[in-house]
Amino acid sequence: MTEPAKKRPEFRNINALTDLPGYRLPVAGVVSILHRISGVLMFLLMPFIIWMFDKSISSEISFAKFTSAFRQGLGFVPGWFIKLVVLALIWAYLHHFIAGVRHLWMDVSHKAVTKEFGATSAMTTMVLSVLLTLALGAKLFGLY
Amino acid sequence: MAVNYGSKRIVVGAHYGLRDWLSQRVTAGLMALFTLLVLAQVLFSRGPIGYDKWAGIFASQWMKVLTFTVIAALLWHVWVGMRDVWMDYVKPVWARLLLQVFTIVWLLGCAGWAIQVLWRV
Repeated sequence: MTEPAKKRPEFRNINALTDLPGYRLPVAGVVSILHRISGVLMFLLMPFIIWMFDKSISSEISFAKFTSAFRQGLGFVPGWFIKLVVLALIWAYLHHFIAGVRHLWMDVSHKAVTKEFGATSAMTTMVLSVLLTLALGAKLFGLY
Repeated sequence: MAVNYGSKRIVVGAHYGLRDWLSQRVTAGLMALFTLLVLAQVLFSRGPIGYDKWAGIFASQWMKVLTFTVIAALLWHVWVGMRDVWMDYVKPVWARLLLQVFTIVWLLGCAGWAIQVLWRV
């Protein structure tokens, strides 16, 4: 007779502060939770995105107001802060986009759902989204 | 206790899960193609992009219609996603209902505003 398996630890009612920091989340898990966070971020900032669409497209005058918001700021909000928010949106869009393409790829290919490919494609998602964010962020902050 | 999982699972409802899953992917595909289309027009335009070029992208009727469908796709996509998030993290029914109603109001308001802006060009 085999030994009964040792009682494995159970984790229920996971506490975000006491349990989560000890979790060793695989990189695919990190991409997954960031997919959610980026989605919620874009949902919450949607009025700001449409405000930018509105100002940039309605007229020459509103377009000038749009560009000056980035240079001189808007009301009490300084320009660098608006740029920072836009940078966060750029990252969120890129991450959500690339992670989404990864999902679609996993839906159509059996090879894409192996453990190995899951890890490498997740890593690719992270690296690609961060690099593109840095490249566009440098442009946004006028480095080139 | 009767087995209610695997092949013995009693399936009820009308494939809501599949519908949400599929619609989220279809809307995502549409938005991704739209992104590439707008990006291509921005990247392959000559000279700096001022108001004329930017507004010009959305000036034609077919682009307005396409953008309109993308706004509708976005609305649907975000609804499915936010509903998933609320269902996963918010357990009290009253809070979940409140957040779902807020999501609908927020999304419809945003979509209306975006469509109004679109036809102003």
